[in-house]
Amino acid sequence: MTQPPAPPALDAVPAAALASPSRAKVQDALKSSQEGLFLTRLDQIVRWARKNSLWPMPLGTACCAIELMATAGPRYDIARFGAERLSFSPRQADLMIVAGTISKKMAPALRMIYDQMPEPKWVIAMGACAASGGMFRSYPTVQGIDQIVPVDVYISGCPPRPEALLYGLLLIQERLQRASR
Amino acid sequence: MAIVVDRRLGWLDRLYLPGIARGMWITLKHLFRKKVTLQYPEQRWKFPEGFRGVPALVKDQEGRVKCVACYLCQFVCPPKAITITAGEMPGNKVEKYPEEFEINMLRCIYCGLCEEVCPEQAIFLTKEYEVAASTRTGLIYGKQKLLEIGGVRPDPIMKWARK
Repeated sequence: MTQPPAPPALDAVPAAALASPSRAKVQDALKSSQEGLFLTRLDQIVRWARKNSLWPMPLGTACCAIELMATAGPRYDIARFGAERLSFSPRQADLMIVAGTISKKMAPALRMIYDQMPEPKWVIAMGACAASGGMFRSYPTVQGIDQIVPVDVYISGCPPRPEALLYGLLLIQERLQRASR
Repeated sequence: MAIVVDRRLGWLDRLYLPGIARGMWITLKHLFRKKVTLQYPEQRWKFPEGFRGVPALVKDQEGRVKCVACYLCQFVCPPKAITITAGEMPGNKVEKYPEEFEINMLRCIYCGLCEEVCPEQAIFLTKEYEVAASTRTGLIYGKQKLLEIGGVRPDPIMKWARK
């Protein structure tokens, strides 16, 4: 049995190879994780790439979808955050934006679409209806999609402004920056 | 009787290049137009008066919570987002105050009926609109949070001081 390779010593990292503001950060990362410099950096690159290329699956069932379309338009321009590629196939999406009222008849379809999305995936519940059922406190409406799929960010509003949706997207990006999941 | 339209293309149309050039010309013109994009996290809209954002409780200029827990907003709220628990203030002219005042922002539809119905002008819709959280409980705003958002609105009448 051979010993696994030891993590590189901190002195072995040439100081000139690290940009001075991030040097302390890298050293912290090296101390906290047992991964070497290469894997730590790779992890950060993967996070950065994921964060800036979220492909949303627009699941618009009501008026929130209109605001979702406005967010994709030139005025608010969701492309500035790398999420302009609204994928109408769940198999090429990693962020489900549930925009609108989900009826109990729609719920199995919602779950199926979520299951078809490849990992890793995130879900935004946009607006009052998707987040909690909103004003439809009635028997055919799902009282919050978190009964069906795990939700990462809830956005309040009826419908939320495009800025509010962008704010929710920024929340997801911030979370992605901190942890891979 | 169907009308048959002759849609055969001429040789210039079949070349496609003039059509592409026309399209690219339009794209080029748009490149030099005024940009419409709002650079959101840095830039914001200036909303007109009457914009309906997050409902919030307000205090008057003496720091008194205006709400008297009359339950009118809870009663009128279409999605039943407001929950009030009233408390008693013996010896005070106002007598009643909200011990707890919760607005479930997941339910709230920003309709403004609570502001319209309030007899004490204690609840207002603010210009706040970015409300998002990663948990359900994070969007249930308590009294403290609502007062924080609402801030102070001067009350010109001060009827409780004269009663």
